[in-house]
Amino acid sequence: MRILYFAWLRAKIGTAEEEVAPPAGVATTGDLITWLQSRGPHYADALANRAVVKVAVNQDYVGMDHPLAPGDEVALFPPVTGG
Amino acid sequence: MAIRVQAEDFDVGAELAALSDGNPSIGGVASFVGLVRDMSKGDGGGDSVSAMTLEHYPGMTERQLAAIEAEARARWPLDGVLIIHRHGRLLPGDRIVLAACASAHRAAAFEACWFLMDWLKTKAPFWKQEETPAGARWVAAKEDDDQAAERWYKRTP
Repeated sequence: MRILYFAWLRAKIGTAEEEVAPPAGVATTGDLITWLQSRGPHYADALANRAVVKVAVNQDYVGMDHPLAPGDEVALFPPVTGG
Repeated sequence: MAIRVQAEDFDVGAELAALSDGNPSIGGVASFVGLVRDMSKGDGGGDSVSAMTLEHYPGMTERQLAAIEAEARARWPLDGVLIIHRHGRLLPGDRIVLAACASAHRAAAFEACWFLMDWLKTKAPFWKQEETPAGARWVAAKEDDDQAAERWYKRTP
């Protein structure tokens, strides 16, 4: 599963993109964030406030209960500020 | 379908002319051009902004902008829609975005253009980082923008 990070989430975590193989039991986007938080202080800090973490799966916005499949492209980013 | 995400500047006059050229059923074109502000006046008198870098999510950006365009076309009778959004490092006064809608009548063109900008601001995956004398800072999303986008869920054209 490929995970992309943008804006200050990218800066705090320290990478723009990574391949991960979450353990069995990580079934939803919310599970994935909980698992990522356990991967180290950078992750825990970046993902501490879920109210400011937006999630897209395969380039569409989804909620925290969205089911995940192994080949998904998951993106985590702060609320958008274009225009 | 006219969605462009690019680093380069654009020529507003040429783009608007191209949007209506060859279609005499178009009665008007409404457009919005977003610019980088230095923020030295108003907005609580924050630190002046010397530059702004726009990051985006290639692929998803185009996908979301296309969805917003499709939504506008479903709501209003439009003969042309154009969204150009820049990314990369921009300076105060630089153009960031152009949204334009062509229609037989002005109401549809104005409303659809406003809608495009309101939804773009809350749905298109762009993030702004400003350079100020105090250092670089990420621009926070505004509640006003969420409310501006929300009202289009309630309103019918």
